[in-house]
Amino acid sequence: MRKIGLLIAVCGFLTGCARLDMQDQPKYKPQRPSEFFADGRSGRPEVEGTIARGNLDEDTALYTGKDEKGVDLEAFPIPVDKALLERGQQRYDIYCAPCHGRIGNGLGMIVRRGFKQPPSYHIDRLRTAPVGHFYEVITNGYGAMLNYAAQVPVRDRWAIIAYIRVLQLSQNANASELAADVRGKLPQPGQETAEQKAALKMQPLVPGDSDFHNFPANPATPAGVPGAFGAGANKPSNQPERK
Amino acid sequence: MPQIFKSSANSFARTSIVLAVVTLGVLAGVFFELIADSRYSTRQGDAREQPVPFSHTHHVGSMGIECRYCHTGVENSQHAMVPPTKTCMNCHSQIWINSSTLEPVRESYRTNQSIKWTKVHDLPDYVYFNHSIHVKKGVGCETCHGRVDKMPLMYQGPTMQMRWCVECHREPEKFVRPREFVTKMGYEPAEPQEVLGPKLVKEYNIQKLETCWTCHR
Repeated sequence: MRKIGLLIAVCGFLTGCARLDMQDQPKYKPQRPSEFFADGRSGRPEVEGTIARGNLDEDTALYTGKDEKGVDLEAFPIPVDKALLERGQQRYDIYCAPCHGRIGNGLGMIVRRGFKQPPSYHIDRLRTAPVGHFYEVITNGYGAMLNYAAQVPVRDRWAIIAYIRVLQLSQNANASELAADVRGKLPQPGQETAEQKAALKMQPLVPGDSDFHNFPANPATPAGVPGAFGAGANKPSNQPERK
Repeated sequence: MPQIFKSSANSFARTSIVLAVVTLGVLAGVFFELIADSRYSTRQGDAREQPVPFSHTHHVGSMGIECRYCHTGVENSQHAMVPPTKTCMNCHSQIWINSSTLEPVRESYRTNQSIKWTKVHDLPDYVYFNHSIHVKKGVGCETCHGRVDKMPLMYQGPTMQMRWCVECHREPEKFVRPREFVTKMGYEPAEPQEVLGPKLVKEYNIQKLETCWTCHR
């Protein structure tokens, strides 16, 4: 009798510390592999033509950045307010600043580590470029830049573009245009913080942006990587676009 | 001849048997509890081998890439998402293009086959967990994942035992931070947490969800 009691006790303890079946259930959780589908993924692409409720792209201008004639939009298709700008700043700092730099000079950390330098936003060509152009670049990529369609949803793209306009204004603004109380906060020459001094000293790695346009001719194409830049660059990824 | 054992020896023998069984039981309980809490069982601090030795120290710590650059799902969905290979290629189409370490990444991009990463933070399947609500309520990445910017290979910072989850669900004010600092590594509260915490709990309307079905549903 005592032996049986001991046996029961030991079994109880053993099952208590082993990983039980319920811990790893044969069900699909996000990104779990599948043996059933040929590509080994449990996450399935949407059937072509599927539109999730509320995601019908009725607003061509909003979703393409172009007007009915296919010309880049000059004006924002959504109202620009402070909330949008703040959202844009946050998203810009996450997705764009690694290459374009926090102030849009094209000297982000990734560029300093060897990525092809993008043009500064503060050159005349980009200061006069229509907002639709920026939308096109974010959505489909441009030169060495792959598309950000999967990482940045549509409204965030417009928020980022609005913030790019903010950066362009900030880097070309005249101090006398500022309100008096804000102007007082500007550092006087010689009073800059260490960070600001470093930013002032920062030089472009490549002068100008002219060679950016010739980028596909660059021989440093990684072997066998399609669409890294040039011809195939506009091909969207196989990931469905997030709205 | 006198008896060797008095009649009280009977009850002494019975008591000692009961005591022995109880003592053994308690000892076994303590022993298994120690095993269950050990790093061997929780796999805490155990860096996993990955198909590509991806370093968060390098990408987050030295490059300053934000968490959400890759983990795009963290704000809107249950799953923070291991990024698709395309995200790696955003930079690695130009940087480290001849590195043999990165060959699995390029191969994945060429062949459209997923890289098989090893899951590090693996909750039991009977636990429901949603990233987006935690991010929205001001739970920092660091609070659960530790100093990711100091992890050359990914490992699990905390124990991830139920006890550890409940610790915060009971007293969220000890752990919450302002939303804008959710992804910040090495965050220090601007004012003492005892003051800031309750304020944030009120502002973000954080509930103390302690029911079983909060997580087991």
